[in-house]
Amino acid sequence: MKQLLLGDHAVALGALHAGLSGVYAYPGTPSTEITEYIQLAPLAKERGVKSKWCTNEKTAMEAALGMSFAGKRALVCMKHVGLNVAADAFVNSGMTGVNGGVVVVSADDPSMHSSQNEQDSRFYGKFAMIPILEPASQQEAYDMMSYAFDMSEELKLPVLMRLVTRMAHSRAVVEIGQVRDENELNPPASDVMDWVLLPAIARRKNDALTALQPKLVDNAEQSKYNIQIRKGNAKNGVIACGIGYNYVNENLSDLEEYDILRIAQYPAPIKLIQEMAQRCDSILVVEDGQPFVEEQLRGILSQSVEIKGRLSGELPRCGELNPDNVRVALGLKSFELHDKSESVVARPPALCQGCGHRDVYGALNEIIRNVYPDTRVFGDIGCYTLGALSPFRALNSCVDMGASITMAKGAADAGLKHAVAIIGDSTFTHSGMTGLLDAVNANAAITVIISDNLTTGMTGGQDSAGTNKFEAICRGLGVDEEHLHVVEPLPKNIPVIAELMKKELDYQGLSVIIPRRECIQTLARKAKQKK
Amino acid sequence: MKKDIILAGVGGQGILSIATIIGDAAMNKGLYIKQAEVHGMSQRGGDVHSHLRISSDPIASDLIPEGKADIIIAMEPMEALRYKHALAPNGWIVTSSTPFVNIPNYPELETILAELKSFENLNLVDAEDLAKENKMPRSVNMILLGAAAKVLDLDIDTLSESVNRVFSSKGQAIVDMNIAALKIGEQA
Repeated sequence: MKQLLLGDHAVALGALHAGLSGVYAYPGTPSTEITEYIQLAPLAKERGVKSKWCTNEKTAMEAALGMSFAGKRALVCMKHVGLNVAADAFVNSGMTGVNGGVVVVSADDPSMHSSQNEQDSRFYGKFAMIPILEPASQQEAYDMMSYAFDMSEELKLPVLMRLVTRMAHSRAVVEIGQVRDENELNPPASDVMDWVLLPAIARRKNDALTALQPKLVDNAEQSKYNIQIRKGNAKNGVIACGIGYNYVNENLSDLEEYDILRIAQYPAPIKLIQEMAQRCDSILVVEDGQPFVEEQLRGILSQSVEIKGRLSGELPRCGELNPDNVRVALGLKSFELHDKSESVVARPPALCQGCGHRDVYGALNEIIRNVYPDTRVFGDIGCYTLGALSPFRALNSCVDMGASITMAKGAADAGLKHAVAIIGDSTFTHSGMTGLLDAVNANAAITVIISDNLTTGMTGGQDSAGTNKFEAICRGLGVDEEHLHVVEPLPKNIPVIAELMKKELDYQGLSVIIPRRECIQTLARKAKQKK
Repeated sequence: MKKDIILAGVGGQGILSIATIIGDAAMNKGLYIKQAEVHGMSQRGGDVHSHLRISSDPIASDLIPEGKADIIIAMEPMEALRYKHALAPNGWIVTSSTPFVNIPNYPELETILAELKSFENLNLVDAEDLAKENKMPRSVNMILLGAAAKVLDLDIDTLSESVNRVFSSKGQAIVDMNIAALKIGEQA
């Protein structure tokens, strides 16, 4: 059977067909659709696959590890920066190893279509010393899931699958394979100490993981996904990683001869690379993201081979690959182009008309512009980050999930008098609660605004972990009842909210204001469903 | 057979529905398909585009090489011009003529339309007005798709079958309206 599938959907279906028992994830572009697909899949319902959104990527990674401990297959999905949050559990999962198979999907976003950096998840895989897969097509994404779960159980290691935006968010036809059953419950015996990373055990596990590395390289050298494609006697070799291969392939008909090594499984297949180096005078590395393989080649190969890529300037140092920049790197002439239009202007994204965040910024700007111009506003990650753009221009920082509260506290510690943190409901439960506890304990002179739209908005309206719990969470963390307020962000309420903000900015201690109004997108969707 | 299509518009205008219909039609003709979409931040009222490639031969890249697009289908005239450099020398532009103004510095419409009219292969469609006249304000995208059908080498019957499949869960009335929209577009 054939189906037209988004890359993310191919991953999801592949995992379900590989006997998945649980997917653990926090929404993040471009990875969100993997979990959403499983949540709606009939097979997942039938099997009772666990698929509820997690509070953050770390809780997701740990829950997956627990499911693996109990013997079943678990999938963890996140965007690339989510892997920073999950990193403690992720890196140590290489040390504990796995019981049931674990596949961690990290979706990178070269060119930062919807992200704050361009980090390349392959570095994390190498750091954790585990195998990495990087599909080049939706078919491969589907097929690789059962391959990855089998490999994970055979090696007793988690496997990282790295996607990029153009893989995750691109559709193609996929041939669907066999469906495998779930694993049986099978936890280790109670005297097994492998999962207890006390130093004495961790040292033993570390030795074992290190000793396994040559086997991982050997597997990559034998992998059906790492293949050579050659025509003629080309002296300029090309190593094409992941979807980089597609861009080379797009230009293939214009090359008279070529010598290509396609890499989709890591660690880097050293022997295959060394063989190419013996045949060729130069090697061009075509990889989306950061120069991961290119840097390694400089350590693997003798200096007689010229290594070309992002570091040497044949390909741009930053930004995603495309058929055009790869074409130039291959030494081919660009196609004839129409001039770019001079009248076209940028059309940046904006908060929806009628969105409650707008009214929060409306009130905040009243105070900043008219009362306390020395106010600095520490932002966070979500739709409301768009408050940094016109017409609001209300944010002074946006760094990582949860940084609004902690940065405001640090700035207040330094003496900033009017420090405001603005954070969304989902981001607050993801990584803001611990920071708020720090602020409570120090009675930091900051005003925290938890702009609650009852959903995870930017990624398309997924359930938010803290809905209906925010006042209780704040009280539980020790926020003073007198300085804890809930308001309804509507245009008519802007003066009242502004007055409240002023009052709390005057107070030289911790306050929390929770403007609460449902996201107009999810509201409209629910109204439609009711009809 | 090969058609490299760039779909352009503003977040929320329905370009992904156009892509879904063309993709379904192509799949049912046994063609290869690749379609790169934009999700996430830019969907909030920013410019969005999608690369859709259909071909009788396997397709390598998800992205269309610059200067190789056979057709730009745009829900908005300035957004059509945003990808003009991607168009092949004899490529087609099929675009709605109604501007979507959600930015303070939207250029003079005259300038935009004049630049569009410098293209010989242009189908400038008053899709919004046609939709209003025919009381189908939510089917502007299908009118535009109908207007592009000829250049796409996909006949209206094939596209109608896809509308039927893709929109069937939304009820017969929605299916019928969108098929009618395709036919109105075809005449435009």
